[in-house]
Amino acid sequence: MISAQELSVGFRSRGKEQMLFEKIDVHLPPGELVCFMGSNGVGKSTLLKTLAGLLPPLAGKLTGLDQNVALVLTDKITAINMTVYDLVSFGRYPYLDWRISLSPSNIEIIEDAIRQVHLESLRNRKLNELSDGQLQLVMIAKALAQQTPVILLDEPTAHLDLNNRVEVMNLLRSLSRKLGKSILVTTHELDLALQTADLIWLATANKKIKTGIPEDLVLDGAFDEVFQFKGFDLKTGKIEHEAHRKKEVQLLGTGYSFLWTKNALERSGYGVVEKAKIQITVFGESKTLWKLNGSQFESLATLLAAISHE
Amino acid sequence: MTVVLFVTDVAIGSISISLTDLLSSFVDPKGSYISEIIWQFRLPKATTCLLAGAALATGGLLMQTLFRNALAGPDVLGLSSGASLMVAFVLMLGQTSVGFLAIVSSNPWSQVIAASVGGVLVFVLIIAIARFVQDNTSLLIIGLMISAATSSMVAMLQFVSKAEDLQTFIIWSMGSVGSTNWQEVKILALVVLIGTGIAVSQLKSLNALLLGESYARSLGINISSSRLWIVVSTSLLAGSVTAFCGPIAFVGLAVPHLVRLAVPTANHKILLPLVAMGGASMLLLCDVFAHLPNRTQVLPINVITSLIGAPLVIWMIVRNKKVSV
Repeated sequence: MISAQELSVGFRSRGKEQMLFEKIDVHLPPGELVCFMGSNGVGKSTLLKTLAGLLPPLAGKLTGLDQNVALVLTDKITAINMTVYDLVSFGRYPYLDWRISLSPSNIEIIEDAIRQVHLESLRNRKLNELSDGQLQLVMIAKALAQQTPVILLDEPTAHLDLNNRVEVMNLLRSLSRKLGKSILVTTHELDLALQTADLIWLATANKKIKTGIPEDLVLDGAFDEVFQFKGFDLKTGKIEHEAHRKKEVQLLGTGYSFLWTKNALERSGYGVVEKAKIQITVFGESKTLWKLNGSQFESLATLLAAISHE
Repeated sequence: MTVVLFVTDVAIGSISISLTDLLSSFVDPKGSYISEIIWQFRLPKATTCLLAGAALATGGLLMQTLFRNALAGPDVLGLSSGASLMVAFVLMLGQTSVGFLAIVSSNPWSQVIAASVGGVLVFVLIIAIARFVQDNTSLLIIGLMISAATSSMVAMLQFVSKAEDLQTFIIWSMGSVGSTNWQEVKILALVVLIGTGIAVSQLKSLNALLLGESYARSLGINISSSRLWIVVSTSLLAGSVTAFCGPIAFVGLAVPHLVRLAVPTANHKILLPLVAMGGASMLLLCDVFAHLPNRTQVLPINVITSLIGAPLVIWMIVRNKKVSV
């Protein structure tokens, strides 16, 4: 387990110190996925590199760290001719001598890492032929091949589309459970972190880190303080809409179709209330239908058009 | 391929030698004037090509990987510029002056010694700087700056020197593989062997450096020590060749690219020997072209390396669409 006592992190150049975090106490529990969140430029990557031993800490103590920490950084890899297998085999380098010959057990570890991220079919593909999402999975496989108790990842979901982001985070979470690894991910993607992290580290304005499970931090308003949301209500998970049309509607129904209809109405500027003159009913089993003043609508678009004439 | 080119290079020259004569002279080294030519001129020259080509190409590969820069070559550290400066001093100021420098420049070893001293001076400077500079890009820029500064000093010397001295220097700067004797070849071979040995010991670091410095460090590579050894290796390889053959251009830059385009691997364990063989083949090929059959004239090697190398690299890039380190 990595833990830090009274750790101060930052840069030191020409005798001047730029402190980013001051006397923080954090630890990475085994088998848990920790998301490290904070606004841009707060020093997330710097702390990550300090934990990895790439940067010296300004003060304080780091324990549970050997030189060999599996890292996934944002650095772009441009090497020509390098294949997926080549990159994953770098994970074994800390255990090899100058001849870099892979023993059968090393090869088995590499193959296993490739299997864990489900990239068997791409093992001989060159890196420049991969998508950003696939490349990120290869980097994770490299980290797995290092067989370290701790994996640190810097913004692994940046530049990925929603689908790949979810895949990467789910993979990381299942790896932490299955293999008992401590996994730390820096990210500024709140929605994803809230839904996947076991523990959140939140970089606060006073150079400290607040830790807690996601739900606790939502309810005590810690996120609101750090991110200063503009028109986003974290507790409902929604963007706030102004009921600018000054028209109120009453909505009857249940389940997903009810929620999405409510969403459409609020987004279009209607106030959805308990009792109002305009009444909409959501119904239908296999196909959702809407009823307004006795007439029936097949899509929300036509329903919205009809309400605007009310 | 290297062997075929080696034999061809021995066979072709101002006097054409048939294959049977070639073989008989190997069997009986004291046979005729032909074996005299082969043992005293052709073989040392071909061996020099072999060693110099391998050394320069390996140096180029090391620099391209260390700096992750496709335009790097063995001369980016400024060694050959340093060597040029010293040789220019000896040739252009020495020949016409009296006393100490005149004695120095009349010595047949003077060019070799001057080039070595120049290379070593720049080398010491680079190593001293490398210990203080944090990242590789800064080191690259400093190397280029040293090159620029020494080149301008050479230009200044050229400006003030006499015409005949200037010509001697220009001929030296065009490179030559034909002026070495067996004793020199032995020294060159020894230094190249040591340089290559150091390069081989750094195979793991070289591979890891392809991922960038942060990743390399996270894989347990000691960046500053491997950087030092890579620079030492390149200096030995490029410096020794410059000392004996003059600044041979292009081979170090082009051969690693040609090999990477031809062989799809990023592993230096495979790349390094291939690049060394490729460099040797390339320089042998250039030397074959430099000796037009049945002519006494020999073209300077630098004229040929770029003339053959440039179209070759362009053709490979157009065919493969992409070039990178």
